[in-house]
Amino acid sequence: MSATTVKEPWVHVVKRDRMTVGKSALIHLAGVVLALIICALVIFMLTGLNPIDVYAGIWDGALGTSRRTWVTLRDSAILLCIGFAITPAFRMRFWNIGAEGQVLVGAMATAAVMIYGANWPSWALYTLMPIAGVLAGALWGLIPAVFKAKWNTNETLFTLMLNYVAMQAVTYAIIFWENPKGSNSVGLINMQSEAGWLPSIADNKYLLTIFVVLVIMVLLYGYMKYTKQGYEISVVGESENTARYAGINVKRVIIRTMALSGALAGVAGFLLVSGAGHTISTSVADGRGFTAIVVAWLGKLNPFAMLVVAFFLVFMQRGSIQIASQFGLNDSASEILTGIILFCVLGCEFFINYRLEFRHEEEAVKA
Amino acid sequence: MSTLLIFLQKTITQGIVLLYGANGEIITEKSGNLNLGVPGMMYMGGVAGLAGAFLYENSTANPIPWVGVLIAILAALLCSAFGGLIYSFLTITLRANQNVTGLALTTFGVGFGNFFGGSLSKLAGGVGQISTAATSGGFRTTIPFLRDIPVVGDLFFSYGFLTYFALIITLLLSWFLFKTRLGLNLRAVGENAATADAAGINVTRYKYLATCIGGAICGLGGLYFVMDYSSGTWMNDSFGDRGWLAIALVIFARWRPTQAIWGSFLFGGLYILYLYIPGLTRDMQEVFKALPYFVTIFVLIMTSLRKRREDQPPASLGLAYFREDRN
Amino acid sequence: MEKQPMIEMRGVTKRFGKVVANENVDLSVYPGEILSVLGENGSGKTTLMNMLSGIYFPDEGRIFINGKEVVIRSPKDAFVLGIGMIHQHFKLVDVLTAAENIILGLPGALTLDMKKVTADILALTKRYGFDIDLNRKIYEMSVSQKQTVEIVKMLYRGANILILDEPTAVLTPQETDKLFSVLRNMRDSGKSILIITHKLHEVLSLSDRVSVLRKGKYIGTVQTAEATEMSLTEMMVGKKVTLDIERPEPIGSEVRMEVKGVSCVNREGREVLHQVSFTAKSGEILGIAGIAGSGQKQLLEAIAGLQPVTAGSIIYFDEQNQQRELTKCSTAEIRMMGVRLSFVPEDRLGMGLVGAMGSTGNMMLRTYRSGSSVFTDRKTPRSMAEKIIKELEVVTPSVEAPVGRMSGGNVQKVLVGREIASSPRVLMVAYPVRGLDINSSYTIYHLLNEQKKSGASVLCVGEDLDVLLALCDRILVLSAGCVTGIVDGRTATKEEVGLLMTQGDRAHAKEETK
Repeated sequence: MSATTVKEPWVHVVKRDRMTVGKSALIHLAGVVLALIICALVIFMLTGLNPIDVYAGIWDGALGTSRRTWVTLRDSAILLCIGFAITPAFRMRFWNIGAEGQVLVGAMATAAVMIYGANWPSWALYTLMPIAGVLAGALWGLIPAVFKAKWNTNETLFTLMLNYVAMQAVTYAIIFWENPKGSNSVGLINMQSEAGWLPSIADNKYLLTIFVVLVIMVLLYGYMKYTKQGYEISVVGESENTARYAGINVKRVIIRTMALSGALAGVAGFLLVSGAGHTISTSVADGRGFTAIVVAWLGKLNPFAMLVVAFFLVFMQRGSIQIASQFGLNDSASEILTGIILFCVLGCEFFINYRLEFRHEEEAVKA
Repeated sequence: MSTLLIFLQKTITQGIVLLYGANGEIITEKSGNLNLGVPGMMYMGGVAGLAGAFLYENSTANPIPWVGVLIAILAALLCSAFGGLIYSFLTITLRANQNVTGLALTTFGVGFGNFFGGSLSKLAGGVGQISTAATSGGFRTTIPFLRDIPVVGDLFFSYGFLTYFALIITLLLSWFLFKTRLGLNLRAVGENAATADAAGINVTRYKYLATCIGGAICGLGGLYFVMDYSSGTWMNDSFGDRGWLAIALVIFARWRPTQAIWGSFLFGGLYILYLYIPGLTRDMQEVFKALPYFVTIFVLIMTSLRKRREDQPPASLGLAYFREDRN
Repeated sequence: MEKQPMIEMRGVTKRFGKVVANENVDLSVYPGEILSVLGENGSGKTTLMNMLSGIYFPDEGRIFINGKEVVIRSPKDAFVLGIGMIHQHFKLVDVLTAAENIILGLPGALTLDMKKVTADILALTKRYGFDIDLNRKIYEMSVSQKQTVEIVKMLYRGANILILDEPTAVLTPQETDKLFSVLRNMRDSGKSILIITHKLHEVLSLSDRVSVLRKGKYIGTVQTAEATEMSLTEMMVGKKVTLDIERPEPIGSEVRMEVKGVSCVNREGREVLHQVSFTAKSGEILGIAGIAGSGQKQLLEAIAGLQPVTAGSIIYFDEQNQQRELTKCSTAEIRMMGVRLSFVPEDRLGMGLVGAMGSTGNMMLRTYRSGSSVFTDRKTPRSMAEKIIKELEVVTPSVEAPVGRMSGGNVQKVLVGREIASSPRVLMVAYPVRGLDINSSYTIYHLLNEQKKSGASVLCVGEDLDVLLALCDRILVLSAGCVTGIVDGRTATKEEVGLLMTQGDRAHAKEETK
């Protein structure tokens, strides 16, 4: 029942039905390969270096030694954790781009407990730290959700702005806690006692963080797939009209889900402070809140696909830091490469959702 | 000069970067594209202008300021418009998600800026600052005589030409959006692409042009920051959160360029207010720095509460348009 | 010599797949004439007009404009030929003013001289007697004002032939009178006007000639002066068609639900249901007939707790014959009270089901709350889905395949299957067979009869009068939000129901004069 136009374009875009997982993975792979080729060209043009050497350097930087591998794995885990935080919100079609801020306040709350509870019994410290991080993150997620539910305030812009409010709040807190005075940084918290530092497991200080994120992965997967609340999130995301028909309280679902989203980001903040940095600074989240959006989007909210994406992005970042020093490049090179890869992968998704139909002569005559 | 005068001067200097960014984003958003790549495009414009000026000054013994200025402007416009073009191709032609694409563009652009900015300093001899004295001098030239009037000269005529150009662009943009046919068509595209399409407007062309021109205007903000504000030097990550503040300013101005003028000065003033309030402790200074964001959130909430239609974002903001989707 | 027609359609046929929407239709309009295109819902009026406005392309037949054969492939082609169509959904930008909408996309000087533009448009509106504030924003306008803007937009773009698709459906009687007087002015200045409608009194008061369509076929054209409501109704609904639909005798007939004086307003604040009262009895099918948009949707949604009621009450009689007030209850509250009420809404994939979920997931829309566990029980809905797929012969690759990708008939079977699986005591269905093929339709009729036999009270909103007359025990007729009558499905005639369907405006008017 399509209307024929006088001048039919030679190519016509048609929406596709759903594609098989394998095929869509193949298209993503093609996007990555295209990206690597473009990156190789860019590297060669800018630096004259052999791209293969540079890629080898990236590999070495990310996975070259066992320490590097563990750092890459831990950073992937934390990025993934933030990606998980965004997942329920995105499933509900709520554009939470405020994960950066939610991570920051979570980190700040954790640091506060660490600093003030340095002499507490360790059970109290280790219980209160995550609770504080989770509550702070949840609160930060709740604010835009309440306004969205009650007055339909644009959540994209609201959550974006809250990121910077959180950043200033952290800066404020740093001055409050700075050590030594006037240094404008908190330094390692509890450097001597290591109170509130996540303990090593089997002599490995990275394992616990990774373990926590894997537990979150399983729990979140179960929550989204098998609980009533998870089901409500899916229905609200697909169609608010249907949700209302099924008697779901849409406002309550929005508020509850954003609290959860913020809480999980708070967990990431807790892990960053207690498990990784043992300090608090405005760069503790380091843009992960934004990168995690890319992880969630490209992973199509599927935890396993997100795991692949998160690992790949961290791999590129860690590797680029290495090539920066190895080849004397500026370490911002990694951001350029990451950017190019993201462009290619985002662009290739077009071919998953649409297909091109080229006009054949005989069809044109028939029309 | 009195402290107040200096404060006002600095307010204007701070505001100009935001004003460029906000104008670029306003024309982009009026076409229905929410481009979160503003920080990236600012870095791209800034570094391209700097590189252009630097290469020119390095290639000749006696650089002529206005040639350097022209080269820098051209390079900045082209490079940041290219950022807009990447975004346009991905979101309009390939219908990628706007938020994610914008964030990717910011990642790319900031990296692009820092990479080349940093590399330039190295090219210049490794240590120290690179010098583009002639060109940056050209950018910072003030109007003779007028500049020497006491107070008035300080307040109104102590700036380089990009400052006045920002005001001109704002007025031009406002005129374009609200007083021309093309502007009317553009607003229709951002509000309701299907209706615009039915009225015979080429939606794709409008979106592409608006987004690329918007990118170029953002790039001028970066150029101003590098060549005028920073006197032609580069420091990595020196833009801070100005790109995001520009996006905040768009909301604050409720998508009206003329409102962005005083908004930019308000934001610029709030941005540096902490330096001028006597007796502020350092922690209180940080609270003051968050003021622009609080103000923006307040405006965002108020507009959603009052539900005045003129104050709302363009209705199709964030949505890709696919003609066959219509029923 | 006879005048040459402005538009002439000869032998136009349009098919959508197997469905023939228009079959061999002839139609002609002369300059300075208003032609009504009359027919029931689904008789192919809009499709026919869409072929003139370039939305659809005819499969067979020829179109002449001023005696010259033309090919209309797109809305732009139609524009060039001077054809402007005003659709039921207006194409206007809300935040722009009327004048801005009118000139949108037109070539001209770069700078907008709104004063001159406004003056130009005003000259045009004065000529035809439009009452319009050009500087007003669209979102501030009433529906009738928006419609005026659309008409002026078409005229300003040089339309000589104006097609209006059910223009009065959204207007009050006063607004309708105003519209008609402008249309008459336009006719007198030589324009041709085609108006799609199914309101007989409007046809009689406005048009010069009437062309009637029935089920896609062209029935004939008569001079309005020679027609009466009776003769037009007969042309429109035709002789009674005998359908082979089973109709068992009602069983039990206790009162299940009592609706008393229910009124609703829509978002714009217009009353869409006015003092509706009726009782629904067990073991019977109560049909609800009416022109599209007469308040059917709001009535069912009000009962289901989805539409706030401004006046009146809805009372349900439970298993112990206790009265339960549903008037102010939300959907969730109604479920919690244990009221066995099922609802098959008109918008199947946008409201009744989640297109992206499989059959199991969609079964859960009703059942996911059951039990006190935080987890959903997927086993029961899964076996329920399997049962429905098997019993109703739903064609789907698996219980997990998204329902949005099934064909219309299968989608409806899943939806109806789910709603009757909870053995409702009141079952509401809206347009249950719309878009379904014959076999699926009969499956649905059978399911409704099964429910009736098991003692449920079935409310069935329908558009095909033949079906309603064959299936229902009683038929309630809604018109413009009012109940204009409740007739016996076994004895009523199509003409009787057809007339009731058009009398709401008068019921309204009568009340206002009281």
